[in-house]
Amino acid sequence: MGRLDHVSADAGISGSVTPLRVVSPTRQIDEREFVVEIADATRTFGPVKAIDGLDVSIEKGRISVLLGPNGAGKTTAIRMITGALSPDTGTARVFGLDPAGDDGHEVRRRCGVVSAKPSLYDRLSGWDNLRYAAELYELGRGAGADNRIREAAAMFGIEGSLDHQVGGYSTGMKTRLALARSVLHDPDLLLLDEPTSGLDPESAFAVLELIRKLTRDGQTVLMCTHLLLEAEGLADEIVIMQKGTTLLAGTPGELASQYWPTPQVKVTSPSAEGFDLLATLDGVHAVSIDGETATADLDTLDRIPDLVASLVAGGVPVQAIVPFSPTLEDLYFAVRRDRGDDHGSDDIRPPEALSGRPARALPEAA
Amino acid sequence: MNWSRALTVARTDLKQLAQARDFWLPMVILGTLFFVVFPGILLVTITQIGQVDAIANVSQTLEVLPANAQEQIRGDTPQGRTGYALAVFLFAPVAVVIPLTISTAVGAATIVGEREKGTGEFLAHSPAGVQEIYIGKLIASLLPGYVTTAVGFGVYSLIVNLTVGPEVGGWFFPTAQWWVMILWVLPPFLAICLSLVLRLSARVTSTAAAQQASGLISLPLIMIAYSQSTGALLGSGAIAIWLGGVAWVVAVFSLSRGVRSLTRSRLLGVASGV
Ligand SMILES: Nc1ncnc2c1ncn2[C@@H]1O[C@H](COP(=O)(O)OP(=O)(O)OP(=O)(O)O)[C@@H](O)[C@H]1O
Ligand SMILES: [Mg+2]
Repeated sequence: MGRLDHVSADAGISGSVTPLRVVSPTRQIDEREFVVEIADATRTFGPVKAIDGLDVSIEKGRISVLLGPNGAGKTTAIRMITGALSPDTGTARVFGLDPAGDDGHEVRRRCGVVSAKPSLYDRLSGWDNLRYAAELYELGRGAGADNRIREAAAMFGIEGSLDHQVGGYSTGMKTRLALARSVLHDPDLLLLDEPTSGLDPESAFAVLELIRKLTRDGQTVLMCTHLLLEAEGLADEIVIMQKGTTLLAGTPGELASQYWPTPQVKVTSPSAEGFDLLATLDGVHAVSIDGETATADLDTLDRIPDLVASLVAGGVPVQAIVPFSPTLEDLYFAVRRDRGDDHGSDDIRPPEALSGRPARALPEAA
Repeated sequence: MNWSRALTVARTDLKQLAQARDFWLPMVILGTLFFVVFPGILLVTITQIGQVDAIANVSQTLEVLPANAQEQIRGDTPQGRTGYALAVFLFAPVAVVIPLTISTAVGAATIVGEREKGTGEFLAHSPAGVQEIYIGKLIASLLPGYVTTAVGFGVYSLIVNLTVGPEVGGWFFPTAQWWVMILWVLPPFLAICLSLVLRLSARVTSTAAAQQASGLISLPLIMIAYSQSTGALLGSGAIAIWLGGVAWVVAVFSLSRGVRSLTRSRLLGVASGV
């Protein structure tokens, strides 16, 4: 798609990674508090560079979503945050502490993790699994801890199955138990590695709602996902990773305005001459044509009524004029295409295919 | 190092073991056979039925025992002397082999098992320290072997006293050397064996591999323990005490080295190589 290349070249971000939040017009850097700061980290496994110059900053009280194809290093990044793995070079700071050093205990105590595999003890009951976590996370063994266990289980609707062995749980129940376990100790930072995998749509929705609620209470959430639709309504910040590095980071609005700096409108018409007319109209900067649809860059969307009038007056058979609002999917593929690697596209499914409804548009840039 | 967290890890491991009937049932059978059934049959045969051939054979064998072992043998009748010697000397190695076998089997699976099942990821992200996890797993491996031995040994003592006791003038078992053996010599040997097995469990990639390789580790140790335990019981009390002392020193050293083999990345299963 030539158009995207053209637009992104205009936006001036096809070279080395520019941290988008630096150019954010609305928020000052010094006002913001970062819970996680990974700088120039690398980590290799034998010949594989799992993390290769990664920079990630996660702001306090916000939901950040890590997007990236299989093998991008998302899980490895989460493991670095809790200190389960240490970076070979570079630094990782969490709550201002070094998770792989002496302060690791403090960091891990304040983190709640749902890993990609539920990592539950199949031979134990749901209750015993939560009990174990309660003890390891220093909630103690008293009635207070018991209440907290019941509360967390109820949050995810598994309070009725706590007496059963986890080996007999369905995939979704295991995920819920893992989620309940992760919030048991009221963590300051919640790290979720594809937390809705295996959940039915209703449960997945409930989980996303809960994540939203947690951040309202001041907790910070970092979530990895492949599901763009899921990230779409949820993410305050998006980090797109590939091959162990950050491709792009910022709020959805910021990222969209980087890739689509001017408002756009899509005009559908069977008449090619009509598009020539379109290009000459006031306020239209550029037109790119793809079959029967032309995409016009405008100075402002307020031009649309005039545009319609001029085209109709010019006898152009206009079938549709739609302002273009990029979705996260548009953004994701634009970024990935821009960076010249499209191999991971098969693991990202278009939102429409999942839900049967059109994807939600990204919010306007602030 | 937070002991209560180490105990939490141990307790949780033991709870899982208790759920694994396919694991502990064979172990109980093993203990029953070696501590109860075999000695019971042998001792009853000799003392009660008075099998002349067998006694003659065993009596002959007794003569090759070291002098200071011969001196310890009590009883006036050939039945009594034979029964006493068998009870005190012959089954000594069992008390070593059984706990080593059981504890090794538990220990071999423990860390690699977490990795295989993916639960190691939970531990790696948790505030539990690797030392605490290591000690917890050590306790959880030691206890099944040691408890089986303690219970088995208790029953064995009862059988020995009931069958051989009347022949040699009353209850006599366990003898002082057996106490030293069970309380002083056996625990460090178990600990040495487990420190090696846990080190292995932290490094291999599958439970099956851990079981295989732990056999290689524990077999020579079982042999040493076997010969030493016999020797300790046959020789003078001083030998047993020295032997135990040395084993304790080696055990402490070996365990403190072993702690270092467990890292968070090994819980995740990302470490490469043994
Ligand atoms: N223990 C390991 N040994 C060898 N290579 C590893 C290991 N862990 C991760 N890697 C490699 O590091 C890279 C990043 O892996 P990681 O699991 O972090 O990716 P991911 O983004 O979470 O992928 P997915 O979306 O599939 O979960 C991959 O190429 C992977 O093969
Ligand atoms: Mg992953």
